[in-house]
Amino acid sequence: MSDVASILQSGPFAHSTNTVQRTMFLVLLALTPATLFNLYLFGWPSIFLFAVTIGSCVVLEGIALLLGGRPLMRTLTDGSAILTGWLLAMTLPPWAPWWIGMLGAVFAILLSKQAFGGLGQNLFNPAMVARVALLVSFPVVMTAWIAPHPLFTDGAPDITQSIAITFGGEMPDGVTAATALGYVKTELSRGIPVSQSLIEYGRGSNLTYTPDLMDLATGYKPGSLGETSAILILLGGLYLIRKRIITWHIPAMVLGTLFIIGTAFNLLDSSRFAPGLFHVFSGATFLGAFFIATDYVTSPVSIRGQIVFGIGIGLLTWVIRTFAGYPEGMAFAVLLMNSLTPIIDQYTRPRLFGRTSKGEPLPIKVQA
Amino acid sequence: MKLFPIRGGIHPDYHKELSGDCAIEAMPLPARLYIPVQQHIGAPAEILVTAGDVVKKGQLIARRQGQVSAHHHAPTSGTVTAVTEVPAPHPSGLPQSTIVIEPDGQEEWAVLAAPIDDPFAVAPDVIAERVAESGIVGMGGATFPSAVKLNLGIRYQIETLLINGAECEPYLTCDDRLMREHAEAIVDGARIMAHALGAPRIVIAIEENKPHAIAAITVAAEPFSQIETAVLPVKYPMGSERHLTLAITGQETPARKLTADLGVVVHNVATARAVHEAVRWGRPLIRRVITVSGEAIRTPKNVEVALGAPVSELIDFCGGFAQRPERIIQGGPMMGTPLPNLDVPVVKGMSGILALTAAEINDRPADPCIRCGACVNICACGLTPVELAAHIRHDNLEGAVKLGLLDCVSCGSCSWVCPSHIPLVHYFNYAKGALNAQDREQRKTERTKQLVEANAARQARIAAQRAANRKPKATTGEVQP
Amino acid sequence: MFTAVGSLTVMGVALGGLLGVAARLLAVDEDPLEQELQAMLPGSQCGQCGYVGCAQAAVALAKGEAPVTLCPPGGKAVAEQLAKRLGVSVDLSTQVARVPMYAVIDETLCIGCTRCVKECSVDGIIGASKLMHTVVAEVCHGCGKCAEACPTEAISMVEIPRTLATWHWPKPAANRLH
Repeated sequence: MSDVASILQSGPFAHSTNTVQRTMFLVLLALTPATLFNLYLFGWPSIFLFAVTIGSCVVLEGIALLLGGRPLMRTLTDGSAILTGWLLAMTLPPWAPWWIGMLGAVFAILLSKQAFGGLGQNLFNPAMVARVALLVSFPVVMTAWIAPHPLFTDGAPDITQSIAITFGGEMPDGVTAATALGYVKTELSRGIPVSQSLIEYGRGSNLTYTPDLMDLATGYKPGSLGETSAILILLGGLYLIRKRIITWHIPAMVLGTLFIIGTAFNLLDSSRFAPGLFHVFSGATFLGAFFIATDYVTSPVSIRGQIVFGIGIGLLTWVIRTFAGYPEGMAFAVLLMNSLTPIIDQYTRPRLFGRTSKGEPLPIKVQA
Repeated sequence: MKLFPIRGGIHPDYHKELSGDCAIEAMPLPARLYIPVQQHIGAPAEILVTAGDVVKKGQLIARRQGQVSAHHHAPTSGTVTAVTEVPAPHPSGLPQSTIVIEPDGQEEWAVLAAPIDDPFAVAPDVIAERVAESGIVGMGGATFPSAVKLNLGIRYQIETLLINGAECEPYLTCDDRLMREHAEAIVDGARIMAHALGAPRIVIAIEENKPHAIAAITVAAEPFSQIETAVLPVKYPMGSERHLTLAITGQETPARKLTADLGVVVHNVATARAVHEAVRWGRPLIRRVITVSGEAIRTPKNVEVALGAPVSELIDFCGGFAQRPERIIQGGPMMGTPLPNLDVPVVKGMSGILALTAAEINDRPADPCIRCGACVNICACGLTPVELAAHIRHDNLEGAVKLGLLDCVSCGSCSWVCPSHIPLVHYFNYAKGALNAQDREQRKTERTKQLVEANAARQARIAAQRAANRKPKATTGEVQP
Repeated sequence: MFTAVGSLTVMGVALGGLLGVAARLLAVDEDPLEQELQAMLPGSQCGQCGYVGCAQAAVALAKGEAPVTLCPPGGKAVAEQLAKRLGVSVDLSTQVARVPMYAVIDETLCIGCTRCVKECSVDGIIGASKLMHTVVAEVCHGCGKCAEACPTEAISMVEIPRTLATWHWPKPAANRLH
């Protein structure tokens, strides 16, 4: 018997079945439907890029762990590196060359995660750091969006062509297309009102549909893997909420803020400002709201903090999309709010039991 | 009855089915009983017997000393074989003074205090005195001397006596069985305590996963209009004194204050039954009901056992181990503590003995914190466990105190929920203990300083006196020649 | 060019002046640090730190010549206070190794010379001439001066045993994380 109690440890002697590994796995599971659909939509080149990005992330994480003398298998199998690579791949142009994925992995895993001390220690969302670093370093490659070329359809590249696209960097002519946000922004800079360019966007692109919200929602449009098919991303997000991996607060605040502020300004001047629903369904808004902004490590821990954080992202995303040079503002907004997370945490601690919000003991009510 | 929500909380696996349907069984007397002199919060009791003394069942063998302390009585008749140091049922396994009794099997009662025929006609302090004489302490696990709590009616205007039948700890079913089988005794004990406190209202609060107990108590309380039965939602830590008070009255006990400041006193159902026996029968607290459970126990039971019986015999009574236990716990799995070995005795605050397998405990080495915020969201006290633990890890105890460390009730919810299995509560328990130790050292240093100053002053006085004494001599010396 | 040089010069002069004025106005008098530190020490002048007395130890501490862990009777609490006041970080885990002690008199060796009684600065030893002495354990702060003074080596310093009242959970092992 003596060996049983020899390790002196305080209780509790019951634990939930949740683990870091399970959490990461469920997030990956929630991403799977949207990912599969989009890999189908953009064909082999996107599959290659996806594999290269995730593979690089895992290998780099392993190297970093070895160098740091930390437990290799345990940390590698926690799924965090896979998730980072997966999220990064979903924000890249699907036909981008292989080195974009690999360089992105270096930015994400080495510079923004392991350099800070590994899982749980990083201030900024690694996938977003990588995306932004790539975007400002290689603006042309990083904005070479293409229209969907579903697998096994006419016009879709076969395997040989795909290898040339991903690993040879041979982008075929005439396939690139502007994303909705990018198009609207460019047109606005030429003096064409948003209301008009929105209609033109559908006609001008090589899509056969009229540009209604359904297109933006189902994802049959140019964009990154995570930018298209908002519906599947939304379903994945709802699954995570149902599984209690994330709470509804951050996504609801991001989407709600974006929608409200977008709608309000659109009502004020529809020639300058895009409608709220357009903001919600375009860009990687859903991916950002449900999967990026909710990243545990880089978001506030308390619900109140998460509400502030979500509103901040929604607001900044709209501001950046509307006034700044980049059409997609989500990544910047997330990073900016990441930097505020510690201070949000500090000011949004819950009220202690039996104390006022200032920390003083509650006054005793005089008994009736 | 309108209930009020409490913040956070968790829903662990309750495992109450293991022992919930087992009626209370009495365990035969073991060969030896070990009665520690400290089974309660406060000062240890003063030992009244020596080796060789013959004692009767219910005889006082250790007397309370100081304001907060408790009597201890012989659980059966027999001979005191030794008064010695025996490992305490405490994680440290450190020894404490213990009276060892060898039962003679006669179960011969000592002359007991006379039953109080009409407890509602006597003065409140008579009840409190009887409870003190009977050595009753809080039997939910807190082990605070009950008489002290009954005297709160003198200083506070008590509106409500809350009888805690929540039993929110997983596995434990002893309170459930007591309520099912001894509902009338509990109701009577509650009424007596309410009389002692001067409380016009009694609320017996039970979690809704105990429908039989709720039914039994409702029936027993039927004749008394002052008693209400509250059916609580199932949530851990609903049974915490302050949270239960909030759930029932809607009032939050201010930090560093007592529930009595709100006019509420909370007692456990087992305590109510003990009070009933003490007042109606004059019987002191010499036995209690314990849940023996866990997957490693062959036949989990609710056992009524004499205080002082070795835990090993209790486990044998339940068929011994069915498989190798990872840990033996006293109390529930959330707030209970590991036992140093199986030879330790049953004490007054022991509500359960759990032999848990590794699969039940489901612990694993800690992973890095991923800041998921689960601990923040489930903390019933509104703490930020992730930050507290970080401070404590870097020995910044003061920072942890600023964030509310001392408001933590160590309920264990944060450790339970943590996906990284970080031993958060262990950090808090360590920090609280370390702070206490610091306080003690601080007080000792203060005391030392005072003594040094007193000593220095006296030395100076003596030196001055000597000098003064020498001077006249010196002057006379000059004059003499 | 001129504007750049000019503006930098103006800024430099202005800020420099501001700093100068601030240094004058906000200057603190001689730091009463030594007295403050001395007040934190037990004051039993036991000399275990290697200095003559607590005042000298405080001077050394203020100068940064002595470590904050210098005071064995003060233990962890005093070390922490000193560290906080001096704004230094200190690894107190080494301090734990130095368990608090108290003096015990071997009754068979004591000759009742009262030298220890005179030596004790907290009046923690009771005894009269030619009679056996004893230590009041709660008062003794473990300075060890009596043990040195004893001519028969009847006094030994013993660790204060851990009891249920003083036990607390140890800190979780750090290797459980990361």
